[in-house]
Amino acid sequence: MPLDNVVFWVFAPISVASAIGMLTRRNAVHAALFLVVNFFCLSVMYLILDAPFLFAVQIVVYAGAIMVLFLFVIMLLGVDRGDDLKERLLGQRPLAIVLGVGVAVELFLAARAGIGLSTRVAPGFAEQVNRDGNTQALAEVLFRDYFLPFEITSILLIVAAIAAMVLAQRKAKAITQAEAKAGTPP
Amino acid sequence: MRTPISYFLILSGVLFAIGTVGVLVRRNALLIFMSVELQLNAVNLALVAFSRLHGNLTGQVLAFFSMVVAAAEVVVGLAIIVAVYRRGRTVNVDAARELAG
Repeated sequence: MPLDNVVFWVFAPISVASAIGMLTRRNAVHAALFLVVNFFCLSVMYLILDAPFLFAVQIVVYAGAIMVLFLFVIMLLGVDRGDDLKERLLGQRPLAIVLGVGVAVELFLAARAGIGLSTRVAPGFAEQVNRDGNTQALAEVLFRDYFLPFEITSILLIVAAIAAMVLAQRKAKAITQAEAKAGTPP
Repeated sequence: MRTPISYFLILSGVLFAIGTVGVLVRRNALLIFMSVELQLNAVNLALVAFSRLHGNLTGQVLAFFSMVVAAAEVVVGLAIIVAVYRRGRTVNVDAARELAG
């Protein structure tokens, strides 16, 4: 059994199990930690798909930055308040699960119809496309063919940072006023 | 690489379906948001798998952009969730009824 096959069959069940764990945990912190496990498994998948740069980006950006932000907000809003598992709409949960299974089956059939279940990729990706290393090859494509989208992305990031600051700042003022009116010191 | 590429697509589809169920089932806005992140990651995996299948890097570039946009989206989304929490003291999407007609 080739090595990448072994790695796939070790990490694919872990990623599915951690995704299901995230789905079923009541506690938001536990769900976030399951999601971190899932992101690590996906980064390993990138590694065996010959995308080492995205492997590093996935760990740094997702498992690092984004999940830290999530955990920070969970802590800020109170860890102990779990999810309310009471069903408000009659039969919504079974219907949602049926829909999820339907989506999975549909995507399976689409993959089978589209490329076939046993299509193996041509060898030589690492030698031809990633000739000088994946990061160099990716940078070449990014800065030559996709330079305008890249610049627009930087504008997007600035707008997002300013938006987060504005949202947080205004609400901080509102909460002090509300608390002053209620007369309850925080 | 000897693993058939469709395995990655099926894994991506399963993770996307789990994310979909999460969005529909969970009532905590943070957990709904995490499920959306799971869906985004599933699609990223499919993009990288297609990039490997077709032997060019466009899919990886697209996954890279998707990660950047997801980071921006998380920043704004979490700020909105914090703002909603400060208004109503809850992150339960059933309890946030201010926009209900």
